[in-house]
Amino acid sequence: MDFEIPQDLRIMQSTIRKFVEQDVEPLWQQIEEEEEVPEGIVEKMRQLGLFGMAIPEAYGGLGLSTLGECLVYEEMGRVNTAVRTRFSTNNGIGSLAIVFDGTERQKCIYLPEIASGRKIISFALTEPEAGSDAASIRTRAVRRGDRFILNGRKIFITNGSIADLVTVIALTDPERRARGGITAFLVERGTRGFSVGKEERKMGLRGSPTTELIFEDCEIPVENVIGGEAMIGRGFRSAMKVLDKGRLTLAASAVGSAQKALELARDHAKQRVQFGRPIGRFQLIQGMLAQMATEIYAARQMVYRAAWEKDQGRDVVMESAMAKLFCTEMLCRVADMALQIHGGMGYMKECEVERIYRDARVTRIYEGTSEIQRLIIARELLKG
Amino acid sequence: MEIVALMKQVPDTETQIKVNAEGTWIVEDEIKWIMNPYCEFGVEEALRTKEKFGGTVTVVCIGPARAVEAIRTALAMGADKAVQVDDPAIWGASDSLGTARILAKVLEEIPFDVIFAGKQAIDDDMAQTGPALAELLGIPQLTFVNGLEWVDEKTIRVNRQVEGGTQVVECKLPALITCQKGLNEPRYASLPGIMKAKRKPLDTKTLSDLGLDPSEVGKAGQKTEILRVELPPPRQAGKIIEGETPEEKAAELARLLREEAKVI
Repeated sequence: MDFEIPQDLRIMQSTIRKFVEQDVEPLWQQIEEEEEVPEGIVEKMRQLGLFGMAIPEAYGGLGLSTLGECLVYEEMGRVNTAVRTRFSTNNGIGSLAIVFDGTERQKCIYLPEIASGRKIISFALTEPEAGSDAASIRTRAVRRGDRFILNGRKIFITNGSIADLVTVIALTDPERRARGGITAFLVERGTRGFSVGKEERKMGLRGSPTTELIFEDCEIPVENVIGGEAMIGRGFRSAMKVLDKGRLTLAASAVGSAQKALELARDHAKQRVQFGRPIGRFQLIQGMLAQMATEIYAARQMVYRAAWEKDQGRDVVMESAMAKLFCTEMLCRVADMALQIHGGMGYMKECEVERIYRDARVTRIYEGTSEIQRLIIARELLKG
Repeated sequence: MEIVALMKQVPDTETQIKVNAEGTWIVEDEIKWIMNPYCEFGVEEALRTKEKFGGTVTVVCIGPARAVEAIRTALAMGADKAVQVDDPAIWGASDSLGTARILAKVLEEIPFDVIFAGKQAIDDDMAQTGPALAELLGIPQLTFVNGLEWVDEKTIRVNRQVEGGTQVVECKLPALITCQKGLNEPRYASLPGIMKAKRKPLDTKTLSDLGLDPSEVGKAGQKTEILRVELPPPRQAGKIIEGETPEEKAAELARLLREEAKVI
């Protein structure tokens, strides 16, 4: 049994740590206040190759192992979530349907630009009436000759307002729905009938645009069905596969955020003096620090193990769901304790744990709620 | 152009240094190792030179197996190939001169127009290996360089940080340059670069591969010897100057600087 991280991945880890410390951390407050990730940071992320981690080498990406990706996400988890989500849709929910099921032509046209970060791609599944119950979407795509006419509304779309391309999941056969009636389309920005709606104001994720996308008689050529003619009606499975993959990287980010919260709390506990001594000398504070560190340790092993299993080609549906569930809930507990250790200061905007606390909350909701993860785990357990 | 970047792996600046029980060296077990930051300026300048004139960047590093991580990092930044010298006879037993002798031997087999080195390694802070190597090679040395421009492909003009100012020196190649902070902002090793670095040539040599006798560069060849290693004494608490008004405090400060600290 070998727990050593391979050398190339260790170098990646140090590189990303350095980038985060030197270029991003000094700007965390600016990102929160201006609600924007500065272009300078985005350009450095392009140069680092962050937009193409999950894209195969043949299409201009890195074809990085799952463990490699998780290590990068863990380091990126230390700063504003907006920085990570800037490139994560290109590596995950946005691009993966093309990677998994796209036609050769689609891969050649779109993946290199997605991998380089010249184009941003997002993923549109959620609707007002279809969250966890994804199969109940209402956005309709009606075929007319060699085109589909798209009508409907998608909400809470990460990177919606900055996306050049969107993977849109729509209903092609209302009778069959998840069983052959849902199709994935690639819609380009500027297509007539496609517009960006209101931008949401959120509790956290400041600087990561979350928007509504509106389709009104939007005409999409059949060649923009992801996977082409053969994949019409098979988009639901495609969407589920995409979400499956994202669980591990999200879990890895949660570990990184929790680690950062622990470090902030530890430093604060050493410096903050009350009753004549640093509060870290008090056992109630020590108890919280020990609890945080232990939870993070357990969570990290879950992510690494599941990532490694996946890299061995094994099925990790249950393990990914477990990691997503445990790591995101762990993050919320750890962020809460970190804030508690900071006392009143922790509730203030100038304190980074306040940011971590707000950013943490959504991780239990998006990319499959904790409840959905439990259902997946139970389904796997009771299978057969 | 044939460009060489010398590189050393050193403990991370944030590492808590511990001295071993015998007081002869530091405890190396829990250390995180990084590329010496001054060498990183050198690697970056080497890459910029290649981008300007074309050619090859060769990284040369003397260090044990763990140093491969720093070497691969330099390759990931964009260097073309690397030579590592790893030999148990030199660990903990080679001073700056010994190190320079090994490097000089390595450079007998590698063509070079310009050599970039760090101005010093941040572990033992000797700042001697670069200059000693230039002497052994019989080429000009430009030390503490924090600015650099190319007059033409054969001539370099550098700013040297000297006490109280900047010295501007023009020099014909070949030359050895030791790099100071401010020279450039080193690039990150990109993720694609890190993947490619795995396939770049890394040639590991022993002393006997180089035709060197351990007596010249190992313990027997040392001109200096480390007698003892100890941590600096913990910093004393500062003194707060009391006083009613700023004027009163300033007068007291001046008095203390003159009478106690004896610096004015």
